[in-house]
Amino acid sequence: MTQKDQSMEIQKEMIAKHFTELGKAATEKHKKVVYTFVPGNLTELILSFDLLPVLPEINALQNGMRKRSGGYITDAEKSGHSEDVCTYVKCDVGMMKGGNVGPTGEPLPKPDLLLLSYTGCFVFMKWFEILQQEYNCPVVMLHIPYQSDGAPTANMQAYIVNQLREKVIPALETCSGKKFNPARLSELLALSARAEEDFVWVLESAKHKPSPIDAYFGGVYYIGPIFTFFRGTEEAVEYYRVLRKEVEERLAQQLGPVTPDGTMPKEKFRLVVEGPPNWTSFREFWKMFYDEGAVVVASSYTKVGGIYDQGFRHDPEKPLETLADYCLGCYTNLNLPSRVELLEKYIKEYDADGFVINSVKSCNSFSAGQLLILRELEKRTGRAGGFIESDLVDPRYFSASNLKNRLESYFQMLEQKREKAAL
Amino acid sequence: MSTVQTMSHPIIERCEQLYEDLSLNYVRDQTNATGRKAFGFMPVYFPREIVYASGLLPVGLMGAGDLLEIIKGDAYFQSYICHIPRSTVEMGLSGHLDCLSGMAFPAICDVIRNLSGMWKIMFPQKESIYFDVPQNFDPQIGGHYLVEELKQLAVRMSKISGKPVTHEALHAAIALYNTHREWVMKCYAQRSKKPWEVPTSELYLLMRAGLILDVQEHIEMMKAYLESVADLDRKPMDNARVVLTGSFCEQPPIGLIRSLERAGCYIVDDDWVLIHRWIKQAIPTQGDPFQNLADAYLKHSMDAPFKYQPERKGHQLKQCFIENRAAGVLFCAPSFCDPALLDRPMIQKFMEAEGIPYTSFKYAENTGQYQVIKEQAGTFSDSLKLWGEA
Amino acid sequence: MKCFVGIDLGSTTTKAVILDENCHIMGRGITNSRSNYDVACQVAKTEAYIDARFGLLKRNIKDANTKEALFHALERAFRYEQYLEQSKRFIDELKALVGIARYADDFDVLSDFLAWFEDQNLAYGRALFLGDRSPKSDFFRDLVGSCYNQKAADYSKQTQCSFDMLLGLFDKSIIKVENQSLELGFEANIRSAFHTVSTQAEDPELFAAIEKVIAEELHEVCVVGTGYGRQRLPFPKEQIRSEILCHGLGAHFMFPNTRTVLDIGGQDTKAIQVDGKGIVTSFQMNDRCAAGCGRYLGYIAEEMNLALQELGPLANSAAKAIKINSTCTVFAGAELRDRLSDGQKREEILLGLHRAIIYRALSLLARSGGINDEFTFTGGVAKNEAALNSLKELVWENYGREITINVAPDSIFTGAIGAAIFALREVNAHVVGAA
Repeated sequence: MTQKDQSMEIQKEMIAKHFTELGKAATEKHKKVVYTFVPGNLTELILSFDLLPVLPEINALQNGMRKRSGGYITDAEKSGHSEDVCTYVKCDVGMMKGGNVGPTGEPLPKPDLLLLSYTGCFVFMKWFEILQQEYNCPVVMLHIPYQSDGAPTANMQAYIVNQLREKVIPALETCSGKKFNPARLSELLALSARAEEDFVWVLESAKHKPSPIDAYFGGVYYIGPIFTFFRGTEEAVEYYRVLRKEVEERLAQQLGPVTPDGTMPKEKFRLVVEGPPNWTSFREFWKMFYDEGAVVVASSYTKVGGIYDQGFRHDPEKPLETLADYCLGCYTNLNLPSRVELLEKYIKEYDADGFVINSVKSCNSFSAGQLLILRELEKRTGRAGGFIESDLVDPRYFSASNLKNRLESYFQMLEQKREKAAL
Repeated sequence: MSTVQTMSHPIIERCEQLYEDLSLNYVRDQTNATGRKAFGFMPVYFPREIVYASGLLPVGLMGAGDLLEIIKGDAYFQSYICHIPRSTVEMGLSGHLDCLSGMAFPAICDVIRNLSGMWKIMFPQKESIYFDVPQNFDPQIGGHYLVEELKQLAVRMSKISGKPVTHEALHAAIALYNTHREWVMKCYAQRSKKPWEVPTSELYLLMRAGLILDVQEHIEMMKAYLESVADLDRKPMDNARVVLTGSFCEQPPIGLIRSLERAGCYIVDDDWVLIHRWIKQAIPTQGDPFQNLADAYLKHSMDAPFKYQPERKGHQLKQCFIENRAAGVLFCAPSFCDPALLDRPMIQKFMEAEGIPYTSFKYAENTGQYQVIKEQAGTFSDSLKLWGEA
Repeated sequence: MKCFVGIDLGSTTTKAVILDENCHIMGRGITNSRSNYDVACQVAKTEAYIDARFGLLKRNIKDANTKEALFHALERAFRYEQYLEQSKRFIDELKALVGIARYADDFDVLSDFLAWFEDQNLAYGRALFLGDRSPKSDFFRDLVGSCYNQKAADYSKQTQCSFDMLLGLFDKSIIKVENQSLELGFEANIRSAFHTVSTQAEDPELFAAIEKVIAEELHEVCVVGTGYGRQRLPFPKEQIRSEILCHGLGAHFMFPNTRTVLDIGGQDTKAIQVDGKGIVTSFQMNDRCAAGCGRYLGYIAEEMNLALQELGPLANSAAKAIKINSTCTVFAGAELRDRLSDGQKREEILLGLHRAIIYRALSLLARSGGINDEFTFTGGVAKNEAALNSLKELVWENYGREITINVAPDSIFTGAIGAAIFALREVNAHVVGAA
């Protein structure tokens, strides 16, 4: 970025500090380490035991951005992993086999516990079974039922709370050697709720024209702290306070989003994006949008670690129930009709010109059914959808010329429609 | 190389007709004649006892194999997604499944999971159920959850059939399926004992028929089949005994199954049509039937890649290998099948440690060429025989 | 006259179309795409201008339709002149190449071959353009290549001169000729072409018309580029349009009632929905896998050792289609060999392969919003009868017999037509649609 915002600097420091801590845990073993996943992460609970979270998805995407994933994936495939399956897993396996040096170059600690928060993605289950075999460490399963009929049920919530109480908390107690402290957990949850408030404000700032943020390419930075290791910390609260202030200023000055090439001059198209981004060519991918004046005003990917803009906040009064509700409500745990409804709402509320689906090969949880989502959204909103394909971290699945060709056609189609409407 | 005796068998001919009848005319006839409604379900496990007890005819669907040309189905799935949802959607959209009052999609992977929601959008007038089983096997936790889910399921089935699921009816259904399971086990045992007498392609079609037919009719069919093969005087061949695994959802086309046999493999166990044997033993017919079904799932169901299993991975396969006196394992998985393909490296590692020979390949339900796979299976079976002799 | 040019830089061929200010097509040009896109674009455009001037010529002759034979002869004589010009360049390249040190040992024999080939090629050209035979290709590379191949084979048989070495010479020289911009324009060749077929005394009207058309100024007002290689065209960004938009508009121009367009080209397949004005409302392109586009057929032709044009007729002769399941190009090759070795009939397998392509296309169409009446089929594969027949059958079966299916003989120019309309609109923003 040409223009380094203060919030960017804060986040960079937070992440650097965390990886240094992890490096220390690897070498000095000063703290115990829990591996877990972004969707349905129980960060407050883990932190309440003074344990350090590691998120293999984040390592994989960071490795993707640093161009290391390709090698790791082929290494994993050589060792018998199928070319057909999720590349996050293979990137992680490849990294582990290569000595488990993290994306920042610091060594990653081995897990003392695998907290398998099985939320919204089938692959998670296999992923930690594979890691369990490799590390031969304890693993605890937290099964989050799918919101198959469009809403969580009392039975689902009770099941999750039961698992937390009877399985997850005892496992964390054993791992940390500490007793569960509900008061401490509530404190952290209260901090979460504060950060969530500002985070949602930032996301919703995109309703303004021009939007001061890009809610997908910029959004992946904004979700960083709250989706990963920092929810429930003072640092996260501070980060979102500063971020909100920055966005307020941009809004006051009627500025568009910040891109790697500076502030976007003119907002030409407002888009909603469904699906995760590609990480191996993230900048190049983003450029295909901002070069055409396309701003993403809302995205589903910024909801994978929790949907906050529909009213949910972590509730310190009911710590376990609130964690259960949080897990149930992650985007990939919604059924197809609910996903369509949410996207439809975004398209209308953010007054988007159209929507783009980035279908990634790795992620069936997202991708299976996206072609139906495309048709439904076109039908319900009357706005045009674009469909592109890539992968999370497999560079072999990113064809820049192909994507550019499609996106360009898509943007020209939007323009032509607009000209026609103006006649 | 040996050849399989392919003399026609009237029971198997009927099974093959049922297998090829994508329009489910058997089900149509049943519903037309008796007014009994039918309810479909995808692989793998779905508690058919509840469906049956509600008065509905449970109908298992396993894709359309290579019998249907796919146009509408392909429009909904990217090239990196497996084939079974394509043919299932194709069947749905072209009216093949309109004799079903609804569909259930068991929790085995994200593709089938999302298909449950697609079904809600595409067929809003039909019931679409995602059947989520617990991955926690503690009776107080997962058990409690499952009992509630089963009761909910019973309510939803009753709404369709108009008949409540009483404890008595459910006990009776459980008893019936216990008998069914017994006969299924007998068929498998007989194949393992004398694979030349019960060729795999026949057993397969016989089991597929069990997804369509009323359970009582299928029990009679299995009885008759077992009786008949004893008289056929089929001769053993010099084949290698193998256990096949990885095909629990999307099925290989019948031609591929025949090719494997022709390549010199006696498949002495497999995971096709797994639902018939999913619960490994009889379910009690006294007490709370919902509790009994839940307990059976928690304690006596099979291991499979879609079931959480942090320990003892591959042990069930090893046990099966030993019990069936097999010489090797065929990993036979559909392309892009997350559960099978993510599980495979772990199981293979275990097989290597145990010194169990294996080979692996992928297929799609509409695979049109078997030559490469046949070649591979043939080579594998030859090498197993050489090993066995050495 | 004002001219508006559209250029479609495709993966295998480059097409140019010229419109006049009333949105009528004046001329079309096509050439094989090559490594140098600028030249491909230049050549296609030159060809389109020549075509345009021939069109003008006809308009300047009374009762032009009674003089078809004369025009035909004139056109062929013109092509002959072009052929001579290109041959001269080609032979010069060959001679220069033979002169380099690498061929010092073979200089004598190669020079001997070239002298002989030069004569032979002239005779070949004469027979091709002035005789009864008709050229099998529009492209110099193909025509001279077929002559060269045969002569090189004959020569190497008689003299022990290495055939491979001769072929090597061809490859190196033809690339240079193809990548040079040649002045093969109307004015340079039309007079000598006229004298080949007639005289001023015999045809004073035609003679005068030619001079008039030569003098006519064709003013290129605007050029718009499209196609797979459009990013490489030397145009400013606003003069480049996506092929989706151009195909949609081009199809609308040819068949104004078009609502759905299917284009199967060399590298990709496109399904496009357009509104009553030719504006694209939704589209889908084939995913990253190449199966189901023209290249698939090319691959199959190679596998079967057939020419691409032979596939369709052969497949059409089949009584039934054998079902081919492999949607992957590479697997289809394996399945093909499998089935051939099973003794299945070649034409029936071929028909199955054609149907397989159409299945893929139908899925893409379904993704884009189905098939709406009228349905226009464009692209290179539209010329393949077996593909067309399979398409008709399956469309009528799945969407009803009332669907009108349009295929234009020059559907290969669809994208270029669309681009040319954009060029016209660029200048005159008020011209909407083809009408």
